[in-house]
Amino acid sequence: MTEITTTYREAVRGAIREAMQKDERVFLMGEDVGRYGGCYAVSMGLLEEFGEDRIRDTPLSESAFTGAGIGAAMGGMRPIVEVMTVNFSLLALDQIMNTAATFRHMSGGQFNVPVVIRMATGAGKQLAAQHSHSLEGWFAHIPGIRVVAPATLEDARGMLWTALEDPDPVLIFENALLYNRQGTLAADAGPVDLDRAAVRREGDQVTLVTYGGSLFKALDAAEALAGDGISAEVIDLRTLRPLDDATIIASVRKTRRAVIVDEGWRSGSLAAEISARIMEQAFWELDAPVCRVCSAEVPIPYPKHLEDAAIPQVPGIVQAARATLGK
Amino acid sequence: MALFKMPSLGADMEAGTLVEWLVGEGETVRRGDIIAVVETQKGAIEIEVFKNGTVSQLLLQPGETVPVGTPMAEIDGGAAGEPAPAAPAPERAARLSAKPAEPERPVATAPPPPRAKAGERVPASPAARRLAAEKGVNLAALKGSGPGGAIVSADVLAAEQPAKLGAAPSRRGLDMDEMRKAIAAAMARSKREIPHYYLQHSIDLEAATTWLAEANAERTPPERLLMAALFVKATALALKQYPEFNGHFVDGRMERSESVHLGVAVAIRGGGLIAPAIHDADTLDVGSLMAALKDVTARMRAGRVRSSELTDPTATFSSLGDRGVEGLWGVIYPPQVALVGFGKVLSRPAVINDQVVPRPQVQVSLSGDHRANDGHRGALLLNAIDKLLQSPEAL
Repeated sequence: MTEITTTYREAVRGAIREAMQKDERVFLMGEDVGRYGGCYAVSMGLLEEFGEDRIRDTPLSESAFTGAGIGAAMGGMRPIVEVMTVNFSLLALDQIMNTAATFRHMSGGQFNVPVVIRMATGAGKQLAAQHSHSLEGWFAHIPGIRVVAPATLEDARGMLWTALEDPDPVLIFENALLYNRQGTLAADAGPVDLDRAAVRREGDQVTLVTYGGSLFKALDAAEALAGDGISAEVIDLRTLRPLDDATIIASVRKTRRAVIVDEGWRSGSLAAEISARIMEQAFWELDAPVCRVCSAEVPIPYPKHLEDAAIPQVPGIVQAARATLGK
Repeated sequence: MALFKMPSLGADMEAGTLVEWLVGEGETVRRGDIIAVVETQKGAIEIEVFKNGTVSQLLLQPGETVPVGTPMAEIDGGAAGEPAPAAPAPERAARLSAKPAEPERPVATAPPPPRAKAGERVPASPAARRLAAEKGVNLAALKGSGPGGAIVSADVLAAEQPAKLGAAPSRRGLDMDEMRKAIAAAMARSKREIPHYYLQHSIDLEAATTWLAEANAERTPPERLLMAALFVKATALALKQYPEFNGHFVDGRMERSESVHLGVAVAIRGGGLIAPAIHDADTLDVGSLMAALKDVTARMRAGRVRSSELTDPTATFSSLGDRGVEGLWGVIYPPQVALVGFGKVLSRPAVINDQVVPRPQVQVSLSGDHRANDGHRGALLLNAIDKLLQSPEAL
């Protein structure tokens, strides 16, 4: 099988391009996605390729264009709505939660909302406290939508089409630090499932559960732990709602220890939810309290050293994993 | 007053069962006397007392199983009696309960549970509790290796004691099933915890063979020496010279031993092995060493082991030459940090003064614990054994 060297950004762009080619109902809209090529340059060149009808620059009103996307989806289109960062998505939260997530329920199943909303999330690019947060855990709280977080190139390339096929709203969170990440991808990479978490590294002494941008920190931590003779398993959640409990619990049953790495704030976090599920379903399998490595409960700072200190990093993950082993 | 406590007869022992008292209340005992027999996974062990004095009270009845460290008897008098451990101070408990609730604080990692004091709940993980309940293991008898010293499932599995240990012990001697379990636990722990490295060296035994033949010509058959006695002596002297191979690895660091108590692996008929200590092996002459080897071999095979012989070895000596193999790569017996292994003495071609000549030779190996020592010094240790065996008359 031939492989190509590519980036996460190009993989997402490839996914959008393929969707546009395969299904004429698909279109992209958002702030600066057309002429500017997208704030993170994901849609660069697509305007020239597909034209203004299908690559649509919108006014700076998240509520308006997300709502328009929802309406278009209900009307038979397959819109991809790009929100610049998750911080700005709060302006569209009413549309996402009160409309997209509820409409199938409130219409007694008469209308579904097959919209896909993509947005950047996460810290690490010195974009300060209004552009850097990880709020995907909030969205994962909402019944009626699916929330996914592609971390690998395969998922960046393959999740979009599956999301567009879903009859209900799907939110895709792309960690901004991943866009430049380079790697190899099968030339014929295509759609992937949105149901199962993936074991990215096998181990038998402690399970590191994570997703998105923290996946590679967890993998680095697992490598460091291996140097100390500690065998860590790394689980990439991939889908944050609904959570794939079976994969998490099977791993914890094996390792008896879990560390959850989540760039969200600790209190009321996705990490808290996963921790609770482990307690509910695998309490008698545990050899140590479940540990969490989350972001410090502060607005993400602008200075590089403070920003680094605010979010999960490899040494903290290693330390937490060692603590579960009493080391 | 001193307390005579259930001793730990090896890293894997958590509890023992009293088989019989060999003394009664009111009897005088001297340091080194065997005063009790305790059933362990290794079989029935004769337990020595380490104080002089009078047995004032026997605290255990035969058949009782208690954790390591539990007082078994009170011994009065004697100069060097170790003070009895202070009873848990009641005011401490009162202070603890009167302490105000801790202020809420963010925790980065799980706070380690404190070690249990007497009477407190044993810190043990849910998995350990479930396993212990399933397997009938008494958690109070275990030592935890988990966060904050909590007992985790691996500790329960390692110390799994069959329910039959709770039943009255039947006999003195060796229980092969139990021994197998003890070996399994110790060896699994060794390979789990000890980063082994191995060195091999070939030693010319021309001088040793010649000297041995001459020495034995003057000895009556019961006094005759075996090559093994020379190997043991040379190994013990070399260990004295390289102390990082002689001692125990405890709590993350090497504790060197002044004395060389060489554990000599003895195969038991019907399977299993024991490696009892030959105490101060570096100071015994080869005749005494030979006698000691015969003594421990006979007693091990009869199932009569002394407690100090099990706990004292500072390194292990293993020889499989009698079984016809040329070499071996031993598994270190924790908490020791080294094992020296000898193979069969074989006549092999050697190049001496540019001539190929047959010479008696033996393969000697070192299994080292890389946490405590390194290959460079290990090589010097093997070379020291070589050098010592070139002057057998000096051993």
